[in-house]
Amino acid sequence: MEVPILKQGLYLIASIQAALSDLDLVHLRDALAEKVGKFRARGVIVDVTVLDVMDSFASRTLRDLAHMTRLRGAETVIVGIQPEVAFAMVQLGLTLEGVDTALDLEEGLAFLDKKTKRHPSRG
Amino acid sequence: MANEAVVTINTDADVVAARQKGRELATELGFVSTDSTLLATAISELARNIIRYAKHGEILIAPVQSGDRVGITVVARDKGPGIANIPLAMQDGFSTSGGLGLGLPGVKRLMDEFHLVSDANTGTTVTIKKWKR
Repeated sequence: MEVPILKQGLYLIASIQAALSDLDLVHLRDALAEKVGKFRARGVIVDVTVLDVMDSFASRTLRDLAHMTRLRGAETVIVGIQPEVAFAMVQLGLTLEGVDTALDLEEGLAFLDKKTKRHPSRG
Repeated sequence: MANEAVVTINTDADVVAARQKGRELATELGFVSTDSTLLATAISELARNIIRYAKHGEILIAPVQSGDRVGITVVARDKGPGIANIPLAMQDGFSTSGGLGLGLPGVKRLMDEFHLVSDANTGTTVTIKKWKR
């Protein structure tokens, strides 16, 4: 099941709609790394609100996704990790270290606005 | 009482199927939502280990009863190469940096009971239980 990727201004928003297989997650990672270049995006939001399980593979793939897009010049923020999912992740030792997260889409957008704000040019 | 289910594990799609079966049964038995999530996550990790290390295997998900207690037992079985060093596999690094990276200490933390049998001739069987609160 492919994850739709929407372009909104300088950001790409990937809104996961249903449970994803490993292959779906890998496709999402690669598609975002590619689309960051194609759309010259500065930020990426991955909305995982509907995911009811985040296991070691999903965590690792999302971490890789965030690091890959950063290397391509865009910041990624993961939004919508549910409280129960967060609890299970911590029990498994999956902390998504080095990856930015936000409560929901709204907070994610605000986070990216702050993070990608360009410094005023000197003049 | 609800029925048991056996999910054959051959591909990454089966990982999703197995954990969904686990959540279904947990919901049917009236598990609180958090515990359903913990169970589904544990099943996901066990199914993943089967694919990664044994290629094929199966996961049995069944209701259990002990006195007044109701729970779910999950048996993850494969005929793979087995785990050579079980103490090392169960060593808790709390991340991928420690142990063998099988995630077994994490699975144990998610569950109420955990039992591991493994050798090179017969493969690996992990049995876990979660009791309804």
